[in-house]
This record gives sequence, structure tokens and C-alpha cells, in this order.
Amino acid sequence: MNRREFLQMLAVAAASGLALDSENLLAAGNPSDLYRLPKFGNVSLLHFTDCHAQLMPIYFREPSMNIGVGKSWGQPPHLVGEPLLKHFGIQPHTRDAYAFTYLDFAEAAKTYGKVGGFSHLTTLVKQVRAQRPGSLLLDGGDTWQGSATALWTKGQDMVDATKLLGVDVMTGHWEFTYGAERVMHLVNNDLKGHIEFLAQNIKTNDFGDPVFPPYSLKEVNGVSVAVIGQAFPYTPIANPRYMVPDWTFGIQDGHLQSVVNEVRGKGAQVVVVLSHNGMDVDVKMASRVTGIDAIMGGHTHDGVPAPTIVNNAGGKTLVTNAGSNGKFLAVLDFDVKNGKVADYHYRLLPVFSNLLEPDPAMAGLIKKVRAPYEDKLNEKLAVTEGLLYRRGNFNGTFDQVILDALMTVKDAEAAFSPGFRWGTSLLPGNEITMERVMDQTAITYPATTVNHYTGKQIKAIMEDVCDNLFNADPYYQQGGDMVRVGGIGYTCDPTQSTGKRISQMTINGKLVAPDKKYKVAGWAPVSPNQTGEPIWEVVASYLRDKKVIEPTKPNVPTLVNVKGNPGIGATA
Amino acid sequence: MNHQRRTFLKSTSAAGAIAAAVAAGLLKPTQVLAADWNKSAFTADKAAAALTNYGISSPSRSKDVLLNAPDIAENGAVVPVTITSNIPNTEMAFLVVADNPNPMAASFTFANGAEGFISTRVKMAKTSYVKAYIKANGKYYFAEKQVKVTIGGCGG
Repeated sequence: MNRREFLQMLAVAAASGLALDSENLLAAGNPSDLYRLPKFGNVSLLHFTDCHAQLMPIYFREPSMNIGVGKSWGQPPHLVGEPLLKHFGIQPHTRDAYAFTYLDFAEAAKTYGKVGGFSHLTTLVKQVRAQRPGSLLLDGGDTWQGSATALWTKGQDMVDATKLLGVDVMTGHWEFTYGAERVMHLVNNDLKGHIEFLAQNIKTNDFGDPVFPPYSLKEVNGVSVAVIGQAFPYTPIANPRYMVPDWTFGIQDGHLQSVVNEVRGKGAQVVVVLSHNGMDVDVKMASRVTGIDAIMGGHTHDGVPAPTIVNNAGGKTLVTNAGSNGKFLAVLDFDVKNGKVADYHYRLLPVFSNLLEPDPAMAGLIKKVRAPYEDKLNEKLAVTEGLLYRRGNFNGTFDQVILDALMTVKDAEAAFSPGFRWGTSLLPGNEITMERVMDQTAITYPATTVNHYTGKQIKAIMEDVCDNLFNADPYYQQGGDMVRVGGIGYTCDPTQSTGKRISQMTINGKLVAPDKKYKVAGWAPVSPNQTGEPIWEVVASYLRDKKVIEPTKPNVPTLVNVKGNPGIGATA
Repeated sequence: MNHQRRTFLKSTSAAGAIAAAVAAGLLKPTQVLAADWNKSAFTADKAAAALTNYGISSPSRSKDVLLNAPDIAENGAVVPVTITSNIPNTEMAFLVVADNPNPMAASFTFANGAEGFISTRVKMAKTSYVKAYIKANGKYYFAEKQVKVTIGGCGG
């Protein structure tokens, strides 16, 4: 088969893949059909990513704002709500609409229940793998961080859980915030012989030696399959540098090309990149690097129902993103004929906890992990009257609670909270336990800070983070959301260039003066030796005091020049 | 092996290696500090003036000049940069950080027939274009790349 034939085959595959997805999504109203996934092809890859250590079933609301600028305007993953449903052919008011969008979230959550949970995920993985002998299970990283038990066991609970789940290959990001030494200890001991930790883009500062193997070559049903690891390129920038002082990261797409060429040279018939770049970066990378069949991505937590097909000089590359918090399992089936990928099917399966029996062995492990901490996890701090969530470009209701807690406890006129994309959701009437607070805050650098910034400094910080989100070139983005601000009003134009997006800043209802100093509370400083009280203590004491959290309206900027952007929810 | 190489180099730091070269009479101290140092180019506060002072005129963009630098700097104080020139008879290379207070960061002279490859680190105060100029056969060529310098945090 020559290149042109291959392209035609892929185009046909894309069309049939989409049609199959739509049909299944339509049928998904009937729970018994949902996980009936007929075997296809001869090489299957299962993929989950960014589970953020959520071992138990949880609620997770998808964003009502995920704005794409430049070439990304209106392109997946920058679709939310109705435009997302329409684009992927999902019927509104269905189980899948609940899984993939924020629409009617509180109501739908009562109907369809919680998502994820490792014992439920295990059952689904076993079910899918039973029909797919030789299949590989890929973990895209952000697995060891995001929960209280992961933090308190330094990732041990997740290492044990992913081994039991049967993960074959992983890469990382938040894993590195336990420090290089801890990561190497787990990789060289616990993971050894079970899970391969891959990263083509991490090297030593001094000689540029690889820290991890760049790829793994596997024989799947007689087909040679290469999986290449791509860790989060901006770990030493987005997270504390001192955690990984001797390593350098970066996108390194030139090196990736040489790795692809190497594995093709060694006979790989299928080449897949397990990526923690974020979807926009993956789409750009797919346009520049040739010879990759699929980039299975994470980091940006986008639950994208169908792959984006990217053209490049060597052919076409599929780009997928598999959501977060254990909510989804992706299944990519390749039909490999005559040494090449001839066709594929892709499904992103929501893990509906009440449709899957928990796996007894995994349930046992989770019970054991939690036992020493149950009292602490279950401490009831307050009750929420409104829906609490984090995801969204500018703010979430749970982030607003964190900002309110910071400003109240630290007696500050303004507050910053990082635009993390992990953190579970709570329904109106739910109790806010310590476990739910830790879901939003469990990091290894949790210190709170109080700074006296000038208006000019505040603007500089906000512009800097805003550029990490909206730079028109994805390679200059970092994949988080905008820093959440309490007490600061502003106008934002995401379409502007660096340093020109933020205007009309106000504090206490007055325009911010460039040289005046303001008291600003915050948390998660990336510089070392910070000794402030951990953020979860601040939030917990605020919640214990309040007892009832009334529905909050998150502080968000006035947006300009993005009217009609399909990444802005109409009813948000 | 890597470990040994690292241990060896740690015990003989870069400064130590230069000192050894000086002691062996390979380099005179004045050469180390100021060989062919073009003061007016290195102290110019605008990129255009720095180029003019070095006599770099009408440079053309060339695919044979490869500039490797990070998209976002991990540490603005030490940004790794490599320049590769595949142009025959490469005589000199110049490294310019357009928005630094003194944009001309380094210049290199290649002895006859030397491979046109440079690996170094530059300090960057803020986001800027990094530019590599090559002099070959009396003509000038360049490549450029934007390197972002950010305060960090708030990701993921």
C-alpha cells in the first residue's frame, strides 16, 4: 500500500469511526449497550489519563468555558455544552450528554450518578481486554497526585492501584512534584517489571542524557507496536523547579522525530505517542512530526469523544484526549494489515459507576489504603447549598470558596488561586468533607502566602498566566486555566497579544493604581522554603466556621472579542 | 559510564579546565577575557545598533542555520542555545537576544574548516526573540526563535 492509498484508507476509517461513534452514542440511552464493544482489528490500546488519584467514584462537571483562540477557535477541544453535543452528534439530555458536558449537571448527576472509581474502572478494563487479547493499557500520568491518600502515601496508593489495574506503560507530570528521588525510587523498585515509565523529552541538565527510556517496543498479536512517552514539557516551570533540579524537559519535537524514525527503523508497524502535552500542543506536534499513527493525550483534561485527524508531511495522525478524574476509558482499535494501519475504531467510554460492578480485588486494596485515614477523610466541615466545581477558563465555584477562605482568614483585599484543572465536584446539599477539600488542594507545596503587590505587579502576574492560556501558538501555552482572582474585577480580551489582554482592573470597586500596594493572599508558591499554613487548613477552618456555603457566583472577568465562541457555554 | 564522566567533570570544573589551559600556555589570560572583543557591539542597547557595529548587514534568513532553544525557558538565567551552521566556509557566529538590555550576547570565530557548531547558555530578562547570525563567504545569514520567559506556577 502506498502513501496515497494509506491516506484514503485513513479517511474512510475516519468517516466510519465517526459514524460508529454517533450510533453508539445514540444507543447509549440503553445502559446495557454502552459497554458492548465488539472486537475490532488486531492491535488495541486502552488509555486513561489525569485520573488525579481518584480511587473512589466522584462527580466531575465538565467546563462551561474552554475558549479557543487563533486556529483553535471552535475546534475540539474548545467546544462546550450544546456546540460540543452538536459537533459530535450526541443527543441532549442523555447519559452521554451528562458525561461530556456541564449541561443540567446537578439534575443529570442525580439521575446518572457518580463516575469513575478504580474498582469500577478495573471491571471495565477487564471486560474490554477480555475481548482484546494482547491489548495494552496506557496511563497518561497525573495519576499519583490529586487526593488526600495519594499525598499522604507519597503516591504509593496509586502505584499499587495501577499495578493491580494492569497498566503497561505510563508517563508523567504531577508525579514529579514528589521530587526526583521519590519518582526514581518508585520507578526503579515498585514499577520495575510491571509498568514502564517513558519520557522522550526528559534529559539531564548537564549532558542531556535520557532520564527515562523514550519508548517501548511491544509485540501485539504478531504486530510490532511502539509506544513513545511524552511527559509534561513545562513541569519545571508550572511546578516547583526544586523538585526536579537536575532535569530538563521541553516539547523536543525534533528529538521525537528521531525517536519515531528509530522505532520505524526497528520495524514498528504502529507508532503511538502517550502524551502529557495537552491537546492543543499535541495537535501542533502532530502537524510537525511525521510517522505517528496516534497521539493519545491528556493534561488539558478534555473529554473529546472522537479523535482529531491532523495532516502532516508524512500522512495523518490521530490526536485524542481522554478527560480526567477516572471518568473515561479510551479504547483505540487498530486494524493492521501488510505492516501498516489500515483502519481504526475509537471510543471514549464514560465510566458510570452504577453500571459497573466493583472489582473485588481493587475494592479490597482501596479499602486497605483508606482505612488508616477514614476519620480524617470523613470529617464534615460544612454543607454546600450550591453546585461546587473547579473547571472553567476563569473560575469555578469551589475556587471561589478557596478565594473567599483566603481573603477571610488572611484578612486580604485580594487573593490568587492557581488555575488547576483537577478537583472533584459537589452537588447542592452535599457535605463538604475534608476529603473533598483535599481533592482541590492536595499538593506537595501547599503553603499559603501573603504578599504586598503593587497594582503593576498584579497586572504582570495576571498577564503572564493569561498568556500561558491564550497564546495563539500552543507551544507557548502551559495547559492550566487562568489564575482565579478574588476581590479583583477586570476585563479580558483573550484574542490580544502578550501583555495586552487585561484591562479595567479594580479592587474594592476602585481602579487599580499601578504604584499602590495591595495585600494579596495566595497558595502553591513555586519557590522553595515557604512556610505558610497549608491551604487545606485555611479552607477547612473557614468551612468549619461557616457551616453552610450558600450558592456562590464565581468572580469572572468581563470578556471582550470572544462573542459567539463555541467554547463559551450559553447557559453558563 | 555516564556516572564516571559526570564525576570526573565535577572534580575538574569548567573554570579549572580553563586554568589548566592557561597554565599549559595554550591560552593567554588576555585571550580568555578579551580576544577580538567588539566593545561597541556588545555594549549597544539596541539589536540593530549591535549588528551595525559588528558590520552585519543585509542578513538573509537561511534554512542552513539551525537555532535550537526552548519554547519556554525553564530558567531565564541559563537558557540553553545551540547554533548549527551548514553553510560552507562559516567564519563567524553571533548570538543576539533582541530584548536584552545589551542584545549582543556572544560572537564566535571559527578557525579555517572548523565545524559550525556552538552550544552555550544565555541570560534572558524577559520574553524575546533569540537570533543566530552566521558570516560565511563575506555574507550574512540568520535564524530566529522566540523564547518565552515566564514567572511560572499556576499550571496543570
